[in-house]
Amino acid sequence: MGEGRKPLRRVSITINGKRYEAEVEPRMLLVHFIREVAGLTGTHVGCDTTNCGACTVLMNGRAVKSCTVFAVMADGAEIVTVEGLESDGKLHPVQEGFVEEHGLQCGFCTPGMLMTSVWLLSRNPDPSEEEIRRYISGNLCRCTGYLNIVKAIRYAARKIREEGVSPIPRFTPEKPGRG
Amino acid sequence: MIPAPFEYYSPSSLEEAIELLERFGEDAKLLAGGQSLIPMMKLRIIEPKVIIDLNRVPGLSYIREEGGFLRIGALTRYYMVEESELVRRRYPLLHEAVSQIADPVVRNMGTVGGNVCHSDPANDLPAVMLAYGAEMVAVGPNGERVIGASEFFRGPYQTDLRPGEILKEIRIPQAKPRSGGAYLKLERRAGDFAIAASAVQVVLDSSDRFEYVGIALTSLGPTAIRVDAAEKVLLGRSSSNLSSINEAAELAYKAAEPVSDLRGPEWYKREMAKVLTKRALLKAVERARSFTG
Repeated sequence: MGEGRKPLRRVSITINGKRYEAEVEPRMLLVHFIREVAGLTGTHVGCDTTNCGACTVLMNGRAVKSCTVFAVMADGAEIVTVEGLESDGKLHPVQEGFVEEHGLQCGFCTPGMLMTSVWLLSRNPDPSEEEIRRYISGNLCRCTGYLNIVKAIRYAARKIREEGVSPIPRFTPEKPGRG
Repeated sequence: MIPAPFEYYSPSSLEEAIELLERFGEDAKLLAGGQSLIPMMKLRIIEPKVIIDLNRVPGLSYIREEGGFLRIGALTRYYMVEESELVRRRYPLLHEAVSQIADPVVRNMGTVGGNVCHSDPANDLPAVMLAYGAEMVAVGPNGERVIGASEFFRGPYQTDLRPGEILKEIRIPQAKPRSGGAYLKLERRAGDFAIAASAVQVVLDSSDRFEYVGIALTSLGPTAIRVDAAEKVLLGRSSSNLSSINEAAELAYKAAEPVSDLRGPEWYKREMAKVLTKRALLKAVERARSFTG
């Protein structure tokens, strides 16, 4: 390769059950792959410095800050974004919880907050208030509506236990991703 | 924010990674979890020409007791340590420190090896490794080299690793009966770096005297500081003697070299070195007394 040339890398990333392949610069961040290559703009860029968690998505079932992962690191990974939560027109229990308990004000932190909540509930279906607060400590709500966010997550936990469903959405290979 | 362009390599073995590191020398940076490196690249604090991504190198992620050590693969992510029943039960100092690094989402990516190799004076694990008297296993073009924690942390963002060397494993002396530790960290807000923190590991003999003491400080100098003087004061003395513990805490106060910054003034951090060390010692002793192995 010539001096100064930065070759592109081919990556294949599955987002909400749909595979996206693209040639990307190695410096491309996962959040930009999600927003610009896949066109899924529900995942927000907030602080851009790994503090606020607005860009949180699930990578292979775990919540990560997608502004602090290179797209090349996610090559071959399964990503779930906020667009993957709703299924057949039905809100995910965490989304329903945020609606019912008024878990948002401006809504900017909400996509990241929802994804961390999904991850938390996949690990612990009945978290205490303290556990919820610990899990969401890397997701900042500058409207400071934490009280209702905690209530919303407890609502979702109850609903998930009652319905006995998996918090992490499952996608069949045939089903195209949304967006 | 987008990092400066770089060439990207994703080796599939340690040998290949070492070859790349030798080939590109100072132009290359190793990428592990990326939770410190990527923000620094985005802020253009550093602009490495070459990134060698270790995430596809197999066999670097494990936690096991073997041959007298707790062995942790360099690519082991924080959450694996936090969720390890073995670590929770037998290595409270490590468990307590890892569970307080950044926030749970960052802990899904960040790695133990990345934390120690980054050698940020505000990183939590250098002090933990000093307190345990841990060893770092590096592998390079000339084979393996074992480096004691006291030699490993050279300065801010500086370690003893030589060109072409990669940290492969961290070895913590295996937990003995009547051993215990604690990590006391003071934060301004959840997920922040420490204002000050103290790491303590002790082993008590059958008459409750200190048989081993390791004390080290985070965020209180240009690198993690081992408080040798305090360790010496306590060795052989009774762990019920509060005046010895106060004396050790006073020595931590003296060993600290903090600077005033947005996390607090110099005098306050120094006071916290004392308070946190005293509390960590008391907690470590309490845990050691009830730990049967």
